Amino acid sequence: MKFAIQVNEGPYTHQASDTAYQFTKAALEKGHEVFRVFFYHDGVNNGTRLTTPPQDDRNVINRWAALAEQYNLDLVICVAAAQRRGIADADESKRNGKDADNIHPRFRISGLGQLIEAGIQSDRLVVFGD
Amino acid sequence: MLHTVNKSPFEKNSLETCFAHAKEGSAILLIEDGVYAAIQGSVFSDKVKQAMSTCTVYALEGDLKARGVAGKVIDGIQLVDYAGFVDLACQHDKVTAWL
Repeated sequence: MKFAIQVNEGPYTHQASDTAYQFTKAALEKGHEVFRVFFYHDGVNNGTRLTTPPQDDRNVINRWAALAEQYNLDLVICVAAAQRRGIADADESKRNGKDADNIHPRFRISGLGQLIEAGIQSDRLVVFGD
Repeated sequence: MLHTVNKSPFEKNSLETCFAHAKEGSAILLIEDGVYAAIQGSVFSDKVKQAMSTCTVYALEGDLKARGVAGKVIDGIQLVDYAGFVDLACQHDKVTAWL
């Protein structure tokens, strides 16, 4: 079965990103396909490579990235939500005249159309948020 | 349809809204703080039992254990892990999150 995952909540706030990760991992381990993980609203904060949690805590961002690496997942961050929250790749940073970017290389920034496409292309859209 | 509820019924009315909208034969999965609704003997358990007469209620076992309430679950609520969550999502044609 083909899944699309939507994550509306950031890391280390509520449990939504953790649950979304565990669901996605379980689906992949069962042999299902995950067409895309779309990070929306505060969920865009899951994509900053500058996250530095304490050593004994999970690294939510790296954990998503490692899963993406293993299964070639498409991790997409909503551009409008990202701009509001200061999440940028090099192009967005330059376009907006900022002095830095912070997106993890395993994520990419794109538009809401990617969520709609994921919903159309997949058998199930599963939403995690708060 | 599979309904997921991630809020404690003592915090928000997500579960009651879900109960009000879920059609007969639906599955309701309690996750995150939503698992507090699965506790036997709370002021909310009669409403859950009533919903169980028309819907099947599941709870994520790991979230129950994390909150120390795994041994206090209402009889008839089925416990699942994340793989079971995936199976439920496959078995139902749509998944709706009551946030």
